[in-house]
Amino acid sequence: MEVVLAFVIGGLYAAGIYLILRRSIVKLALGLSLLGNAANLLIFTAGRLTRGNPPLVAEGHTALAYPYADPLPQALILTAIVIGFGVMAFALVLIHRAYQTVGSDDLDDLKSTDR
Amino acid sequence: MHMTSGLLILPVLIPLLTAVGCLLGRRWRGVQRVLGVIGAVALLVTSVGLLREVWVHGIQSAQMGNWPAPFGITLVADVFSAVMVLVAAIIHFAITIYSLGTMDMRREAYGYYTLLNILLMGVCGAFLTGDLFNLYVWFEVLLIASFVLMALGGERAQMEGAFKYVTLNLLSSALFLAAVGILYGAVGTLNLADLAERMPQVASPGVVTTIAMLFLVAFGIKAATFPLFFWLPASYHTPPVAVSAVFAGLLTKVGVYALIRVFTLLFVHDTGYTHTIILWISALTMITGVLGAVSQNEFRRILSFHIISQIGYMTLGLGLLTPLGIAGSVFYIFHHIIVKTNLFLVSGVVQRLRGTFELKPLGGLYRLYPVLGILFLIPALSLAGLPPLSGFFAKFALVKAGLAVEENIVVGVALFVGLITLLSMMKIWGEAFWKEPDGEPVEGNPPLRHVWLLTLPIMLLAAITLTIGLMPEPFFEVATRAAEQLLDPREYIDAVLRGRP
Repeated sequence: MEVVLAFVIGGLYAAGIYLILRRSIVKLALGLSLLGNAANLLIFTAGRLTRGNPPLVAEGHTALAYPYADPLPQALILTAIVIGFGVMAFALVLIHRAYQTVGSDDLDDLKSTDR
Repeated sequence: MHMTSGLLILPVLIPLLTAVGCLLGRRWRGVQRVLGVIGAVALLVTSVGLLREVWVHGIQSAQMGNWPAPFGITLVADVFSAVMVLVAAIIHFAITIYSLGTMDMRREAYGYYTLLNILLMGVCGAFLTGDLFNLYVWFEVLLIASFVLMALGGERAQMEGAFKYVTLNLLSSALFLAAVGILYGAVGTLNLADLAERMPQVASPGVVTTIAMLFLVAFGIKAATFPLFFWLPASYHTPPVAVSAVFAGLLTKVGVYALIRVFTLLFVHDTGYTHTIILWISALTMITGVLGAVSQNEFRRILSFHIISQIGYMTLGLGLLTPLGIAGSVFYIFHHIIVKTNLFLVSGVVQRLRGTFELKPLGGLYRLYPVLGILFLIPALSLAGLPPLSGFFAKFALVKAGLAVEENIVVGVALFVGLITLLSMMKIWGEAFWKEPDGEPVEGNPPLRHVWLLTLPIMLLAAITLTIGLMPEPFFEVATRAAEQLLDPREYIDAVLRGRP
C-alpha cells in the first residue's frame, strides 16, 4: 500500500511542479495547492499505514501498542491543511487583484520588477 | 519556573495583543499608532529581560499546556534565540517610529500596524520554539503577514513582486513540510531536543543526510542563498520603505536562524558532506549577490542584492562549524540586521526628498543635508567592513575562523566580496550624495514631513552600529557564549527534556 501511495504522491508532486511552471496565474495557484496536498499525503504515509486501527491507548495500557494509527501525523496534516487553506484564500484574492491591476493573467506580463 | 514561562511567552503574546488592539481600533488612527508604539516598547523591554534571564540562569524552557516534553510544545530560549528576539524588538521599535511618519492613511486603515505586529509575533515565535512543526507554523504566520504587507496598497509593482514572493515561499513551505514528514517517519519525534538525542540512533544515515539536504533547500529558499534567491531582488523593492526595511532586516534572518539551529543541533553526523556544501553555497551566494548589486542602478535594488551577498557571510560561519566561526555568524547577523534596516530607511528619506530611488537623477544631497550623508555613511561603511564600525569586527571574526581551518578559497572570496561591497556603497554615495544633480531637484510625492519621526530611528540604529564598532567586546562575548551553547547541545537537551529549574 505504501508503494501505491508513493506513486500517488510522486504524481501529485509532478503535476504540481508542472502547473507551477505554466504561464497562467490560475494554473500557478492550482499547482501550489497540489504541492501542499502532496506534502500532506507524504506526512500521512510517513506515519505508517494501518487498516482500521484507532489512535487510542488500549484498556489498561499506558502506551500505544502496535498496531495503532499514529495520532501525531493526523494532527500535523490537519494543521497543514488549515494553513494551506488560509494561504490559498489569500492567493486567490491576490490573483483577482493582480488581474485587475495588470489586466492579464499571463505571467510574462508580470516581468517588470525582474530587471 | 513560573516567571521564566511568562518571560518566554511574552515576546509572542505582546505583539499578538497589540495586533488585536490595533485591529479593534482600526477606525481611529490615533489608537492604532499609540498602541503600536506601546507594543514596540513593551516588546523591547521584554526582550532585554529575556536576554538577561538567559545570560544569568542558562537556557530557559517552558512546556506549553504543562504537557511534558517531548510530547508537548516547548518554548526554549538560549542565548542565540534571546539575541535574535532582542534585535527583532529593536527593529520593530525603529520601524514603528518610522511608519508613524511615512505610512499613508489608506494602508493604516487596512491594518498595517496589525500586520506588522503579527509578523513580529511569527518572528519571535520562530526564534523561541523548541518543536520543528511549531517552527513550521510560526514560519507560516510570519509568511502570511508578509504576503499581505507586500501586497497592501495594490500598486502594480507590488502585485508583480508579491507573485514571485508568494510562489517561491509557498514552494519552500511545501518542501519544509515534506522534510518534517519524512523526518518524523524516520525518527518518531519532532521536538528539537528529542531529535538531537535520537538522531545518532537512526538506522539509515543516508536517509538522514537526504532529509538534511531537503531542509537545506527549504531554509535556503527562505534565507535567500544561492541558487534559490531570485525571488528577493524581484520583490523586496516594491512595497513601501518601512515594509521593505522590516523584510530586509528580519525575514531572511529567520531562515538563517533556522539553518543554524537545524545544522548545529540535528544534522551534525555527516559534517564532511553537509557543511562543505554549506561552505560552497556561502561562497557562491556572496559572489552572485554582490555581482548582482554592482549591475543595478536603483537604490533599493542594490540594497536587495547586498542582502543576498551578506547572507553568504552568515552561512559561512555555519559551514565552518568552529566556535569562532559560529560566534562570527551570530555577531554578523546582529550587526547586519541593524545596518541593512538602517540603509533601507535612509533610502526612504532620500526618496521623500528627491522623489526617486534611481541613482542617475539623484545628486548633491551631501551639500544640502550633510547629516543625512553621515547617517548614510555609517551603515554603508559598516556593511563594507571598515573599522571602527561593526562590520569590520564581524568580517574579521569570520576571516580568522576561516583561516584557522584553512578554508583559504572561501576566505579569499569573502575578502574580495567585501571589496566589491565597498565599491557598491561608494557608487551610491557618489551618485546620490556627492555628485551635482543633473536637473532641478524634484521633491518627493508624498514629500518629507515629520522629519524627526523619520530621522530618529535612523539615528538610533546608526548609534547602535557605532557602539558595536567602538566597543565590540561585550557583544562578542555574547556571541561566543551563544556559539558555545550551539556547538554543545547537551545544555539545550537537558533544559528541555530534564527541566532544569
